Amino acid sequence: MKTAAVTLLVWMSVLGSAGADSGKNSCVNCHAALEDARLLKPAQLYDGDIHHQAGLTCADCHGGNPNDDSMGAMSPAKGFRGVPKKSAVPEFCARCHSDATYMHPFNTKLRVDQLSQYVTSVHGKRLKQGDAKVAVCVDCHGVHNILAVSDTRAPVYPSNVATTCGRCHADATYMKQYKIPTDQVAHYQKSVHAEMLAQGDTSAPTCTTCHGNHGATPPGVSSVANVCGTCHVFFDQLFQKSPHQEAFAKMGLPGCVQCHSNHEIVKPADSWVGTGPNSVCTTCHTSGDAGLKSAQAIAQDLARLNLAIAQADTVLDTAERDGMEVSNAKLELAGAHEALIKARVDVHTFRDAEVQKVTDPGLEIAKKANQAGVAALQELNFRRKGLGVALITIFVAIAGLYLKIRQIESKPPA
Amino acid sequence: MSGPPQKKPSWLDERFGAGTIEEFLRHKIIPIHRHSIWYYFGGMTLFLFIIQVLTGILLLLYYRPTPNDAFESVQYVMTQVRFGWLIRSVHSWSANLMIFTAFVHMFSVYFLKAYRKPRELTWVTGMLLLFIVMGFGFSGYLLPWNTLAFFATKVGTEMAGSIPIIGKWFLIFLRGGEEVTGATLTRFFGFHVAVLPGLATVLLAFHLLFVQQLGMSLPPGVEKAIAEGREPKRTMPFVPNFFLRDMIGWYAALGVLGALAAIFPWELGAKADPFAAAPAGIRPEWYFLFMFQTLKYLPPKVLFMDGELLGILLFSAAAMVWVAVPFLDRHVGFGRTTRFFTGAGVFVIGYMLVFTWLALR
Repeated sequence: MKTAAVTLLVWMSVLGSAGADSGKNSCVNCHAALEDARLLKPAQLYDGDIHHQAGLTCADCHGGNPNDDSMGAMSPAKGFRGVPKKSAVPEFCARCHSDATYMHPFNTKLRVDQLSQYVTSVHGKRLKQGDAKVAVCVDCHGVHNILAVSDTRAPVYPSNVATTCGRCHADATYMKQYKIPTDQVAHYQKSVHAEMLAQGDTSAPTCTTCHGNHGATPPGVSSVANVCGTCHVFFDQLFQKSPHQEAFAKMGLPGCVQCHSNHEIVKPADSWVGTGPNSVCTTCHTSGDAGLKSAQAIAQDLARLNLAIAQADTVLDTAERDGMEVSNAKLELAGAHEALIKARVDVHTFRDAEVQKVTDPGLEIAKKANQAGVAALQELNFRRKGLGVALITIFVAIAGLYLKIRQIESKPPA
Repeated sequence: MSGPPQKKPSWLDERFGAGTIEEFLRHKIIPIHRHSIWYYFGGMTLFLFIIQVLTGILLLLYYRPTPNDAFESVQYVMTQVRFGWLIRSVHSWSANLMIFTAFVHMFSVYFLKAYRKPRELTWVTGMLLLFIVMGFGFSGYLLPWNTLAFFATKVGTEMAGSIPIIGKWFLIFLRGGEEVTGATLTRFFGFHVAVLPGLATVLLAFHLLFVQQLGMSLPPGVEKAIAEGREPKRTMPFVPNFFLRDMIGWYAALGVLGALAAIFPWELGAKADPFAAAPAGIRPEWYFLFMFQTLKYLPPKVLFMDGELLGILLFSAAAMVWVAVPFLDRHVGFGRTTRFFTGAGVFVIGYMLVFTWLALR
């Protein structure tokens, strides 16, 4: 077997030498013929790699002489660097990726601060301390089959990120020594963020959106609101001005996460506010305190507006189903729906007066729409009664005509 | 000695000889036979046409034919104007019923061979009226300026535009430009309330004049049976016997129209947005469906000719042949019918029904 491999190598070397200096790649030529899967795989995968498509060869990363068909091509004297140790991988990649002059011709938009960010991350810090289990570039991006981030097959494409992080972070055995939870991915998969991403919204947050990618760091208690506020700007602004901001800071509670959770962020419901069984307010507030009274009042505001909208919707839908023209009233009712959405945002002021400023006009709109729907149904009733009277009149007229014809035709002709 | 006292002529009679009309109506008779029922459909179509004119005039009081106002003005009629909903729904339902009864009338005349000599021109004016009625439907469909009407008009005028030689000119004439815009709406409004009513009035006057002049036609078979004494010749006076029967039909139609308007008010839909994508399932009114479906089935190319164009040419040719039937069917006459033309009529009805059904599936 060994003899056969050597013969093949020699034979390939002979064939390969004929094409020397003509853009040949002796690394691929030899590795493609090897039986050892570990050595064969790079040659098989490299065709689809973004570096290959950019015109780079094995030698651009690993050094050596791709025009030399002998084993001498892999001589350190010819600049051969071989496979880097895991701890050296970040610097290995950064030789090019931190060099703006080198990278610019390939992609003008590509950042070159990945390494400087990485060394500030938990991964980078632990790697420096000698922990070889932490993630380096190739653990997330792959090796020899690296794809562009925008490629849907790439492990770092937004919809694949959670799975990529989960390869380590969801592996309880692998993560045992770090004493951190391993259920983050499972929780995240149940979140509204994961749901949006699964629906194709690639702007929906995934692990790296909150934790960073190269500078991966868990957000601390004080920075949670900042992380959420990156996207949820209004909520953050209202929270910062609310009485909760100071209280949470004193108690050392994380802002948004306290009510909304961190990874399993589900769609919020109005029932979270107030004193009901789903209330998140009762987690901290106790019966009779001012905060709970305020929460109760806010819950009632929301419930009143919800009920008024539902009633108007039902009446207008019934009228529309029966063929009444109520599109104007429906259009106006959209204003009440908007008020409800705005009120849900204003809940984050945690002040009843602020919420009422929005729900009161919404209630007025819903009331008018409801009146329009009721009027349409009354009109429908009137039409049906009118139809009944008209049909009876017509029937009587037809009967009269029929009798008249019979009377005329019963007389013998003059 | 003086004779029996003479009836004093009326005021109108003295001036215009109105007594002649009275005398004519008194002597006008309608044949009675097993096919007499079909005589009522002409009068029914006329009644529905009168309903259209009256409700149309009432709608005109509020309708504004501009892209900004058309939809809103119809919406206003339906929601704010007292009984506006009834007027608009009756106008829409009556339009459809009128086209239906016009088709029934046309086919009954065809199968009873009432087009034969001397009634050729009655047939021709009737056919032209049918085309005008369909034109009323096509032009009126766009007037509420809703999404469905907008895109259906776009498709319909595009088809008209594919006619060879005059197609491009015809399309611009119909649309008032290259695209369906406010200019098209104004133009269709003009067709709907001025051009077509004017033409319809003239043609209707001639059609009714011919009907009164020539009287009701007897089917060839009945005519022969009476002549051979196998069937008695039975008639009824137009006034009052037939007219009262006509009135029963009109009252019934009024009841049906009222019920349809109250139970199934004609939908307004959503306002047309020329920049929006065409909604799925666009199709014309039901009476154009058989043509629409045929064009859909035709391949893009038939020999050297565009498939759609071929379809339009064939339908145009068929319509012309149909109008000319009294001049082509020379064999029909006393007791004689032409099997070919009867068969062709059955085929046409079958074709229209099957292709309409296929389009509605």
